[in-house]
Amino acid sequence: MPSASDKAWPDVVLETLKANDVRLAVYVPDKILIPLIDGVRADPFFTALCATREEEAVGICAGAWMGGMRSVLMMQTSGFGNIPNALASLAVAYQIPIVLLISERGALGEFNAGQVWSSRVVAPVCTALGIPHHAIERLDDVAFILDRSIKQAVATQSPAALVLSPLLTGGKVFAG
Amino acid sequence: MQRIVLMRRLAGMLRDEAVVGGIGNTNFDLFAAGHRPQNFYMLGSMGLAFPIALGVALAQPQRRVIGIEGDGSLLMNLGCLATIGMVAPPNLTLIVMDNASYQITGGQPSASAATADFVAVARGAGIARSDWSQDPDDFIRLVDAALQSSGPALIGARIDEAPAAGQPARDPAQIRDRFMQAMGARKDFGAP
Ligand SMILES: Cc1ncc(C[n+]2csc(CCOP(=O)(O)OP(=O)(O)O)c2C)c(N)n1
Repeated sequence: MPSASDKAWPDVVLETLKANDVRLAVYVPDKILIPLIDGVRADPFFTALCATREEEAVGICAGAWMGGMRSVLMMQTSGFGNIPNALASLAVAYQIPIVLLISERGALGEFNAGQVWSSRVVAPVCTALGIPHHAIERLDDVAFILDRSIKQAVATQSPAALVLSPLLTGGKVFAG
Repeated sequence: MQRIVLMRRLAGMLRDEAVVGGIGNTNFDLFAAGHRPQNFYMLGSMGLAFPIALGVALAQPQRRVIGIEGDGSLLMNLGCLATIGMVAPPNLTLIVMDNASYQITGGQPSASAATADFVAVARGAGIARSDWSQDPDDFIRLVDAALQSSGPALIGARIDEAPAAGQPARDPAQIRDRFMQAMGARKDFGAP
């Protein structure tokens, strides 16, 4: 497992995805995710794909898994609000491991009321659907949580949701 | 045209292509035309047949992949045409079964009964090889041409309201497992 110590969180994420042969990275853009999006786009190991909507991305990731390719789906908490039916009817019902990396808006200094309430659906929806979910708050935990979550998702044929907390990423603050 | 007639003609020309059928009637008639393990029957994710097919096409560049979607379903997720136009997978063929209605929920007219034209939308989204088929022979000719050529293609079929001719068992785990085995992405644990 990659060691986190001297690296920034996005580097640890990218390294851990590669170590687990996660080759398809589907995303809907988000500012906190910039280093991950830029990272997968710059590295020919990854097939990077910008989807128009998060449910579309769930469909692409599901198809890729059934064709033998592992994927990660990167989005912000608002985007998670778009996908409960896709998760329930596709990932959960068909037992498809899709790893969701969710950049957390709506907490710890959110300035946009339009982000606050949608971010609060993530944990209850995951709980309702039986999808394992964790917040990643510390750099030292990134490799462990991501690596273990990918391995568990694949082994148990279940999606997994990981929320990238502002405690890890710094979050997004009001630019004025 | 009738959906089951087109599906039977399609089934007759398939070899090892993956086929992803959309919600309701689309996958019902795909099944009724003859089950094959390379068929994926989608149960509840309205509008995701083409994205699922795109995912399979990305994972298996050596295999031809066909997505089949209803008009109401495609309207729910028109954005996927822009994604497919942008990615331009060489091995993906899209079929729209356009009955101009939400047949399975009671036949309410869809936007394609009025103004929406999926071939025009697909072309605008960057899928240059997009055509309406005029009759079943033309449909098969277009599908065959799409399967022979490199690049995504979309084929529209204006169909009637004939009910589906059968239904697959709604067993998602079995559907997925058989499909993955047919894709070579998973082994039966009892297999040698
Ligand atoms: C997200 C979602 N919204 C609504 C429905 C209800 N629904 C199921 S099938 C369907 C109509 C599908 O229409 P179309 O794709 O044109 O297929 P047709 O029934 O005409 O064959 C609707 C509205 C659903 N299953 N999922």
